[in-house]
Amino acid sequence: MKILTGNDLKTGAVIWWDGQAWSLHIEDAVDATEHADEILAREEAARHVNSSYVVDATQTPEGVRPNHIKERIRALGPTVRPDLTLKPADPSALNWVI
Amino acid sequence: MYKYDSYDQEMVDVRVEEFRDQTRRRLDGTLAEENFRPLRLQNGLYLQLHAYMLRVAVPYGTLSSAQMRMLGDIADKYDRGYGHFTTRQNIQYNWIKLEEAPDILADLATVEMHAIQTSGNCIRNISSDQYAGAAADELIDPRPYAELLRQWSSFHPEFLHLPRKFKIAVIASKTDRAAMRLHDIGIEIVKNDAGEIGCAFYVGGGMGRTPMIAPLINPFVPLDQLITYSEACLRVYNRYGRRDNKYKARIKILVHEMGKDEYTRQVEEEFAHLLTQGIEPPIAELERIIPHFADPAFDAATSDDLDLSDPDFKLWVDNNTVAHKAKGYVIATVSLKPVGGIPGDASADQIRLMADLARDYSFDELRVTHAQNIVFPHVKKADLYTVWQKLDAAGLSTANLDTIGDIIACPGLDYCSLANARSIPVAQKIAERFKAQDRLDTIGELKLKISGCINACGHHHAGHIGILGVDRKGVENYQLSLGGSEGADTSLGTITGPGFSEDGVVDAVEKATNLYLAQRQEGERFLDTYRRIGMAPFKEAIYG
Repeated sequence: MKILTGNDLKTGAVIWWDGQAWSLHIEDAVDATEHADEILAREEAARHVNSSYVVDATQTPEGVRPNHIKERIRALGPTVRPDLTLKPADPSALNWVI
Repeated sequence: MYKYDSYDQEMVDVRVEEFRDQTRRRLDGTLAEENFRPLRLQNGLYLQLHAYMLRVAVPYGTLSSAQMRMLGDIADKYDRGYGHFTTRQNIQYNWIKLEEAPDILADLATVEMHAIQTSGNCIRNISSDQYAGAAADELIDPRPYAELLRQWSSFHPEFLHLPRKFKIAVIASKTDRAAMRLHDIGIEIVKNDAGEIGCAFYVGGGMGRTPMIAPLINPFVPLDQLITYSEACLRVYNRYGRRDNKYKARIKILVHEMGKDEYTRQVEEEFAHLLTQGIEPPIAELERIIPHFADPAFDAATSDDLDLSDPDFKLWVDNNTVAHKAKGYVIATVSLKPVGGIPGDASADQIRLMADLARDYSFDELRVTHAQNIVFPHVKKADLYTVWQKLDAAGLSTANLDTIGDIIACPGLDYCSLANARSIPVAQKIAERFKAQDRLDTIGELKLKISGCINACGHHHAGHIGILGVDRKGVENYQLSLGGSEGADTSLGTITGPGFSEDGVVDAVEKATNLYLAQRQEGERFLDTYRRIGMAPFKEAIYG
């Protein structure tokens, strides 16, 4: 599957296309294979997202997972600072990233 | 240290307001990202893996306590409570919001700081010896000349759009502590046979994907022609440096392809022409700058004795302090490499504590080192135990300077959008493996450097042991190299062979150090043993 990511223009936060808007959580990402270019052009123009691009991903029983480690790290946060990730209270959250 | 005059301050203040307006226009849609991107980069604002990243310039690594305190306050107010000191003697913040970036620059301007020319194809922050003005072995203080170069290179209209970024280092000691020959221009202040002071120019060094050691192109340029000669070097580069291929655009490629002799001939020709143009700053400007770097009021009556009865304190003194030019003082380095920590990171509280200690015990001055540590340049021996106790209470007393625990590591794939592999976890695992103090002491000086991609921000080419992270079909892999050095004996490391997994490279480092311990002769460092016995036995130990 192809999912869409980028950064929030104002805050720089990593965001994912959930089909209607942008979410901080990779779990909300949806397959955008068919309309990726159209969505990204529209959302960039509306300044909803910055530096957006398409990511190869896989739907797993645990949720959507980017195929490449770089996007997996983007999805959660730095592996060396679990306290700064999106799930600081969950020590196992990084298990699928690395 | 240097204090802004009204021109300096106005330039920075105007630039802040200019960027505030540019940011407003980006946020309201007047400016598209493709137009805004070069503007934000010229103000040090990158878009990195997780957020915007702001790189703040620390000219030649020198900070006042007020500046250091501001860096801590910014970490709290605008970031997530910490900052990352870099291999270019700067500081980076990893979690910046675009809408707040102009306010950060405004805060920085209140303490005479900025982020100008910390990115882009221009002359970057001038780096220097972190012990400048304090070292017992220096000829003169190189910082007035680094400051003159800073002023010359700031907003220089001819050099704001070079073929590629450009880095200059200035030192004045035979012991090179600034990786001088791995810069685009390395300047060593020297004395000639007639006893005159001048500059030796090394041009065309660098790391990155094509590492090169800068050759000497002129052994003696009079100090009062420093800027003119620098201008000539840049002009020839700007004229012929490649702009069609960013990977071949650095001056090292030009010097290599043109040949050192032809490049030098053209520089000398340009230099002769420029001498007729009178572009050297008036001597009055240098005379204005030099007093800013006058020695502080050292206490000539202070004791030269040091009570080393506390063994932990003695260990830190042995590892983290060096001789000062003034009797009764030392240069003390705070290691930002605790076992399990992130090399170069410091919390806002730690940054403010170091600011306070500099104010109270080091004549208000600190230095950032290219090895990602912090220096108190002028500490009275009588105060040293107190300083150490306060550092120890804040987790800043790691006694590992220049050992295998004092690892240079770039942010790597944990933070950097260019990286191919993570650097920090490798550094942490190596530091953990070698954490026993007796092991560090037995191994002695061993400079280990890790980069997460071929851009080599972690200086892996210059590591006695270097590690380069690469992407092998989506999996992190690590190449090991041996024999690099960034000192006066500058050399580039040689790759040992096939790469390793994250754990595998830690094992390989251990095998290399074990071989060194088995093979070394009296007084040899790891690097010395490697140079004497060569790669073959190390390969056998690592792969055999």
